[in-house]
Amino acid sequence: MSDVAIRVESLSKQYRLGGKQERYKTLRDTLTDAIAAPFRRAGRLWRGQATGGAELDETIWALKEISCEVKHGEVVGIIGRNGAGKSTLLKILSRITEPTEGFAEIHGRVRSLIEVGTGFHPELTGRENIYLNGAILGMKRAEINKKFDEIVDFAEVAKFIDTPVKHYSSGMYLRLAFAVAAHLEPEILLVDEVLAVGDAAFQKKCLGKMQDVSREGRTILFVSHNMSAITKLCSRAMLFDQGHLITDGPSMDVVSHYLFALQGASATAVWTDFSSSPGINGFKLLSVSVTDKAEAPMSMFNIEKPIKLKIGYYVSVPNLKFRCAAGFYTRGTCAFYTLELTETVRERVGQYYSMVYIPGNLLAEGEYTVGISVFASRGKKLHYCRADDVVAFQVYDPVTGDSARGDYVEGLEGVTRPRLEWQNEYAGPEFASR
Amino acid sequence: METTALLEHRGIKSNLATVDAAPTPVIQIRPSRGWVSLKLDELWEYRELLYFLVWRDIKVRYKQTVLGIAWAIIQPFFTMIVFSLFFGRLAKVPSDGVPYPIFSFAALVPWTFFANGLSMASNSLVDSANLIKKVYFPRLAIPLATVLSGIVDFVLAFVMLLGMMFYFGIVPTIHVVWLPLLLLLALVTSLGVSLWLSAMNVQFRDVRYTIPFLTQLWLFTTPIAYPSSLLSEPWRTLYGINPMVGVVEGFRWALLGTNTAPGPIIIVSSLAALLLLIGGAFYFRRMEKIFADVV
Repeated sequence: MSDVAIRVESLSKQYRLGGKQERYKTLRDTLTDAIAAPFRRAGRLWRGQATGGAELDETIWALKEISCEVKHGEVVGIIGRNGAGKSTLLKILSRITEPTEGFAEIHGRVRSLIEVGTGFHPELTGRENIYLNGAILGMKRAEINKKFDEIVDFAEVAKFIDTPVKHYSSGMYLRLAFAVAAHLEPEILLVDEVLAVGDAAFQKKCLGKMQDVSREGRTILFVSHNMSAITKLCSRAMLFDQGHLITDGPSMDVVSHYLFALQGASATAVWTDFSSSPGINGFKLLSVSVTDKAEAPMSMFNIEKPIKLKIGYYVSVPNLKFRCAAGFYTRGTCAFYTLELTETVRERVGQYYSMVYIPGNLLAEGEYTVGISVFASRGKKLHYCRADDVVAFQVYDPVTGDSARGDYVEGLEGVTRPRLEWQNEYAGPEFASR
Repeated sequence: METTALLEHRGIKSNLATVDAAPTPVIQIRPSRGWVSLKLDELWEYRELLYFLVWRDIKVRYKQTVLGIAWAIIQPFFTMIVFSLFFGRLAKVPSDGVPYPIFSFAALVPWTFFANGLSMASNSLVDSANLIKKVYFPRLAIPLATVLSGIVDFVLAFVMLLGMMFYFGIVPTIHVVWLPLLLLLALVTSLGVSLWLSAMNVQFRDVRYTIPFLTQLWLFTTPIAYPSSLLSEPWRTLYGINPMVGVVEGFRWALLGTNTAPGPIIIVSSLAALLLLIGGAFYFRRMEKIFADVV
């Protein structure tokens, strides 16, 4: 019993949605309604029916009957689409908002990090904000005093520590904000998406700090949309959808379940309805899939194994000339773009497949989405089809020592990761160029 | 493998903690029903945060203003001049035997503290919406800090008041020792009203527009431009239901030695203020659970 850090029992949270979805038809309606509304509201208030300024009669369960347990020292990722209830759970556990039903119990000193820089005041100096923000996050003054230099060092703002933060660059501001938060030392830490800010270098630094914290044996609940961060940091993950806890298990499994079962985009996309499928000018997309060599649809690809991209389409006009192209996107950038080397003529009406192999040891670890484009640009310029994010997959590295990372196990940058051979050469004992 | 090792490590640690009789805090989270406790112990636990919030409010209050802290004096001072001209000179309002300017200023100093505290604190929750939505702490700290931070302005205006008394050759009476308590009465009143209004403001932004109107009305229903001695007993004592009557008459009595014996008024005012504060605090705590959802 003593090693349970967080216990949640059939926790539910209901939100009221303000505002009925009414459409104003005419200006006159709008005006009369604007005049009548305060009276209606006052009347409703008088009868005790409404509780707010808006017309609150629709409700939504942001969380429904959630039960789970987290043990001390566990690092648990919480994933799910926007509005799945992840943040609501964190807010309830942080005591920012109350549950509607149910019960939760937290054993240990808990701090939550819903946002970095909460309570920062632009007119105050860096030094003053460290103290203010620290106090807001629940640190004692003595604790802040002790860690002050460490925080300033981490944030790399020593020179500007007595400058009002409104003169800081956004990068400095974020670094300082995260630095304060990173020096919280609770037994249980609840983190919400704070790594999603700042540039790549900053995110990397934050992730590194999070890894350090998790290695210290603290309990962490970590909400994120960054699947590779989840798989890196957390041994266990919980998947939420529409307020329900869908799966709870090893993070790798849960993440892949999420990407495939819930993300809409899956390893295969099929259009059965001719009228809704992407494509114009006699071209219709039928299917797109990523599979292994044996054409078994797959969500997670071993980094060393090739990936087969297969595009199925229907041509309803003879002699269409075009080329197929595909872009692989990850973390907001295009990892690479590939296209048929020439435009070829599809002479006959009917169904076609275009396939391409993405070699192993090309893409780095992470989640990828694939966009398809079909067009002709030589001579007559024509667009036939453009479909973004049609399929998604994840590349993972089992770290066997054979991949491009060799025996290096820490974070590696870049969206591609070719396995390249290095050579060393002895150039003589002198310290000089030949 | 690694995690089990860590778990064991933790297990040992927490066992040690229990042996050392330092119990791990247990937080229980469940929906609250009806009237809830004020949790003043928790507010005490967060006193450092309260301190920092007060300190922040003081620091940033007059940032990026030309006149800066002078604003603390300008407000009551110019009101005093206008009052002296129109009520003192033109309307010949009686002033309990002291020069009218000092008569009104002695009242305007605590009044300004009260009114500014009230209007700022009533908007304080809405202005701190971001904080409320992102971090947990006793929400009472927000309006409390805002009202407390007004003390700096009060002190400045008070120094100005002492200067004026010197100018008019008025020596404060021995009753001046009651001043801290009278200031506390003003603070309690200001906070009491603010707790009601700030909590309501979270839900009904109408409050924001009511406040200037309310303070204006309150100004005229408080004996600032005129003495309460215009009323006969028992009405005068009953007038103390407006807690600011007690504060204002108390200030004049303690500083200027107006022979108005405001004792009964102050008692009535204190009771009213206390009622306002306790009721406000409970109302605030009751509404607190929806702050983060509605603000």
